[in-house]
Amino acid sequence: MSGAHSSNGRTGGPLLELDGLTKRFGELVANDDVSLSVAPGEVVAMLGENGAGKSTLMKMVYGLVRPDAGTVTMDGRRLEIASPRDAMAAGIGMVTQEFSLVETMTVAENVALSGLGLGRVDRSAVRRRVTDAMDRIGVSLDPDRLVSMLSIGERQRVEIVKALFHDCRVVILDEPTAVLTPQDVRALFETVRRLTAAGLGVLLVSHKLREVAEISDRVVVLRRGRLVGTRVTGEVDDAELAALMMGSADAPTAVSEPDTGAALGLEVEPLSERTAGGARAAVLEIEGLTLTRGSRDVLRDLTIRVGGGEIVGVAGISGNGQTELVSVLSGTEPASAGRLVVAGTDVTRAGVAGRLRAGLGRLTEDRRGSVVPQLSVEQNLVLEDLPAYTRRGLLDRRAVRRHAEELIERFDIRARPGDPVATLSGGNMQKVLLARALSRGPRILVVSQPTRGLDIGAYRYVHEQLRALRAGGGGVLLVSEDLDELRSLSDRIVVLLRGEVVGEVSAVEASAERLGVMMAGGVPA
Amino acid sequence: MRFVLRGREPRWLAPAAVAVGVLVTVALTAIPIRLAGANPPAAFERYLVTPLTSTSGLYEVLLTATPLLFTGIAVALAFRAGYWNIGAEGQFLLGAIGTTAVGTGLPDLPAPVALPLGFAAGALGGLAWAVVPAWLKRRVGIDEVVTTLLLNPVALLVVQGLLNGPWRNSESGFTDSDRLGTAYDLPALVPGSRVHWGFGVAVVVVVVVGIVLTRTATGVRIRAAGQAPRAAEFSGIAVGRLQFRCALVSGGIAGLGGASQVMGVQHQLTSGISNSYGYTGVIVATLGGLGALGVFLVAFLLGDLSVGAQNVSLVLQVPAQLGAMFSALLLLAVLSAMSWRRYRVQWRPPRASAASESQPERGPTR
Repeated sequence: MSGAHSSNGRTGGPLLELDGLTKRFGELVANDDVSLSVAPGEVVAMLGENGAGKSTLMKMVYGLVRPDAGTVTMDGRRLEIASPRDAMAAGIGMVTQEFSLVETMTVAENVALSGLGLGRVDRSAVRRRVTDAMDRIGVSLDPDRLVSMLSIGERQRVEIVKALFHDCRVVILDEPTAVLTPQDVRALFETVRRLTAAGLGVLLVSHKLREVAEISDRVVVLRRGRLVGTRVTGEVDDAELAALMMGSADAPTAVSEPDTGAALGLEVEPLSERTAGGARAAVLEIEGLTLTRGSRDVLRDLTIRVGGGEIVGVAGISGNGQTELVSVLSGTEPASAGRLVVAGTDVTRAGVAGRLRAGLGRLTEDRRGSVVPQLSVEQNLVLEDLPAYTRRGLLDRRAVRRHAEELIERFDIRARPGDPVATLSGGNMQKVLLARALSRGPRILVVSQPTRGLDIGAYRYVHEQLRALRAGGGGVLLVSEDLDELRSLSDRIVVLLRGEVVGEVSAVEASAERLGVMMAGGVPA
Repeated sequence: MRFVLRGREPRWLAPAAVAVGVLVTVALTAIPIRLAGANPPAAFERYLVTPLTSTSGLYEVLLTATPLLFTGIAVALAFRAGYWNIGAEGQFLLGAIGTTAVGTGLPDLPAPVALPLGFAAGALGGLAWAVVPAWLKRRVGIDEVVTTLLLNPVALLVVQGLLNGPWRNSESGFTDSDRLGTAYDLPALVPGSRVHWGFGVAVVVVVVVGIVLTRTATGVRIRAAGQAPRAAEFSGIAVGRLQFRCALVSGGIAGLGGASQVMGVQHQLTSGISNSYGYTGVIVATLGGLGALGVFLVAFLLGDLSVGAQNVSLVLQVPAQLGAMFSALLLLAVLSAMSWRRYRVQWRPPRASAASESQPERGPTR
């Protein structure tokens, strides 16, 4: 269907044109001379690994970041965009990864908020305009519902309506599917098709090839801040796009690999190398775990068991108790009720040190909250084992250095032992944390969003390490919002909804559809 | 011209920033010196160089630096742990009270007992004054900056209350305490000079704190707790407890400073015993980069300045307060220079006649 309107759209010439946009942060070149265009009725997908400069480029177009060089034109007229307000006035709307909605206001109020001037507010007129805007793009939402009652997918739709409220003609969607269930993704794409049918241009940022193939007319690929290719979607295959994204050197072989496939959002088949789960003794038993905050149970009567040599995935839409589960397991927040057993040791009342001794390893989504940025790599690596590196009251600096050099070698960390962790890239920081957790030989590793924001090389590396731990008889509890990641790694997947386990499926049965239905609270067929 | 965040920081930058800060301070203080009718270069020479050219001058500098070493390292330790103790002034005064209490209460002890006892009483006094804010911070989360700061004038009132009441001098009737027993007099470090053993104790304390901070597991924990409390907690470090303990030790060290000043210099409690050493300690710690070596250097520099300032005011007839102004400006200028070093200046040619509908720039960086 995309072909139909793209042909009528392109007759009028491009709508939005970026020409030679360049942005440097210190010595880092985030964008280098990037030029591209979006025609009316066209969906242009921008592909690129994490860190390729996609977000910076979009922020320049939307006035959140000022370019060092280059121009943005709309209908052939050059724009001076100094703030999002200027961008909106020029007809550019953007839906960012983080939503900016006031939870205590209704849908209509939120939409109207961005367009309010001074003076009296005509509520009924506002409400009518909002309903009109929603009708136009086929979004059905009750305008009087409070945003706090909406799901993530619904909130995103509110953001889209908000962007469209200003007669906008180009919509930028920055990684719109990252937080959505497969069902919500389909609804989003339906909305996108409505937009293009109405003659709007859509610029969609993504790192998932499958989505791009489904929705876009044209694909542009960014790598290390440069535009490395533009292709018509129908005339290009996944392997070529992957090669463009990753650089041609290691791509052709890598793209057939399951880890790379999962990272790029290609169809992944559950792997057959997995062991039959449950044969070995449990390394983590969570029994009746409950966490009450205020008067609300954020975790309720959770029971999960992980055996040795098994990876158990935890799926769920963001905000359904995953973060809390990980912090309770990590020992940074005490459980309100229930029992935790790590490799036979009851650690329900134990502090962090006791849990580590029992054989728990942790790799949480909050990387910056797990390292001390100003301390060096070597000091961060021994932070959990300081007594072991103390001799006669003083820190044995040579042993600390040796330990660090060993781990840097073994985990291929691109840093020197004395470098402050703050200077490391996201991928290297994650390797430091992985090294710290794995060097203690954990019986069970609790992992949360282990690859979020990592480039493909680091993504594959982390997955290899998790598989190696499983092969060595260790257990892994993998919390992730990335279904591709869960499906390519896990033996079993449990689904969390509002702090409760609402279902469990074996990897073989865990299709994206099925998981999506369970995550949204439905009963899979 | 615009300011842009730096990617990587070259090695020479931090020393260069300090140098720029010093130059700015010199340039700014030259103005009031000029206004006071003195010649700035001659004044600066007397401020900084003259005290160091004679041995007696050097001893005076060490004597002046002694209380600053105690309060400086006390503040540095607490700041490292992420506990913002601004109360060294009050803790110093309570230390002086503690020492005076044992020194006037038990005047006849032999020196080998009296001196350690005097220091212990001082440390205990400072520690006691630090307990309440530290406890409030840990239990109820009350901001320690406010509580420690506000307890300083209270400590001064306690001193004045004691001196106007029970501790009024029994011979003269002045508002100074009785003299401590002579066994409490700290001997001179160099015979014939005014530098006393308090300086030796101060150096030992600074060195010990320095070793603990840089070479021990406790030091790594303290820095982790101060710089990234959440990450420290995640790694099993009991941040609250660690900060509580550092707060008490910090108070104790500031109290040692009070003890040293009573036993080494005044030999009695006076209401002017502190001369803002506690507040200056914050400057010493901050300018010294919260490290032992830095504290030592800055305490020495400020001692030098303060001895020089007396000299300048006598010889060149300029107000003695110029010395304090110099150190205050130094703090502001150096700290500003240090924060600016994260940016670099980018010179851009003026934009070639931008289109007429273009909007004015809205700020230096967006």
